[in-house]
Amino acid sequence: MSRTIGAIALAAVLLPATLIPARAASDADFKTAYAAADAAEKQAGALRNQWTTTEAALAAARKAAEAGDFDQAVAQAREADALAKASIFQATSEKEAWKALEIK
Amino acid sequence: MRACALFSSVLTALGFAVFVATALPPARAADAPDPAADAKAFRDYFVKKFPKVKLDDFVNGPYSMNEDMRKQWEEKEQFPPYEFALEAGKEMFATPFKNGKSYADCFANGGIGVRQNYPMFDEKEGKVVTLELALNRCREANGEKPYSYVKDEMASLTAYMAFTSRGKPFDIKIPADPRALEAYQEGKRYFYTRRGQLNFSCATCHVQSPGERIRAETLAPALGILNAMPIYRSEWSGMGTISRRFTTCNSQIRGVPLEPQSDEYRNLEYYLSYVSNGLPISGPGARP
Repeated sequence: MSRTIGAIALAAVLLPATLIPARAASDADFKTAYAAADAAEKQAGALRNQWTTTEAALAAARKAAEAGDFDQAVAQAREADALAKASIFQATSEKEAWKALEIK
Repeated sequence: MRACALFSSVLTALGFAVFVATALPPARAADAPDPAADAKAFRDYFVKKFPKVKLDDFVNGPYSMNEDMRKQWEEKEQFPPYEFALEAGKEMFATPFKNGKSYADCFANGGIGVRQNYPMFDEKEGKVVTLELALNRCREANGEKPYSYVKDEMASLTAYMAFTSRGKPFDIKIPADPRALEAYQEGKRYFYTRRGQLNFSCATCHVQSPGERIRAETLAPALGILNAMPIYRSEWSGMGTISRRFTTCNSQIRGVPLEPQSDEYRNLEYYLSYVSNGLPISGPGARP
């Protein structure tokens, strides 16, 4: 009996959480996400190793923000951030790793 | 007396050690650049990988690796697709600038038969100077606007200059200047460094996989890859300079290309040309 009541109570707590939609992203959310991605991409640029896909994601983020679609804009900015960070990792690890490919 | 003899022996031994140390070439650190050894290893790698390909034939890129492609190319060479560019380049080269001077005034031997010496290291500037860069510097020194490094005019000019060097072996020099050695080493580093979202280096395609297909293209070997430049590419429906080739390679692997004639590309061209020393210039070339 007490188990059933417990399950109902748990469901009562969890159910509304699944029904309430997540808060829509705002212009401020976009600006925060974009600034982080842009900074990472600038760092990749200083390492002379930017990726075209990062640039494309940044452009898509700006375009979505201009159209007022901040959910999409934030998603694209986060994508750009992840890509930029991957390109930084690549450039950093390749500082030594390139030697493994060299013909000797 | 004994002490005196001992002192004298020590002095003699020391003198001998100093003599040996100064007479012998300096010891090379294990990872210090050794361009001559690099070039030998580079050549040996391709010769061993493709024992049926004659050394000079590597300059013909994918045609040296694929018999069918070779036959088609030989037929195309009857009326080569770069012919228009070659003619245009010849005319451009001979046409004086507004000040009456011409390209011939900027190059040794009037610019004829000198392509095999480029890129060269300019000890005054401390940097690598490619043929494309030298041509634009010549234009600017004579009051003309520089050409785009990736468009037809530059391709035409370099096509003509390459044509006048056909058959001459690449003869790239690395002077005894630490900056030249550093430029060479930086070029090598660029060549082997993976970049772009696809995580490819130049070597991924042109060392590990020449003769293999990547989508519809048959990859060319890195040995002799610049000897045929500039090239008419059917894929581009036009001519392409070395700058165009480098920037396109970068964007194909989803990397943002650097500026044409950036230090990185100049050094890369220096390295790639040096390791192909001795192989004949075959440009302008044609590729699928």
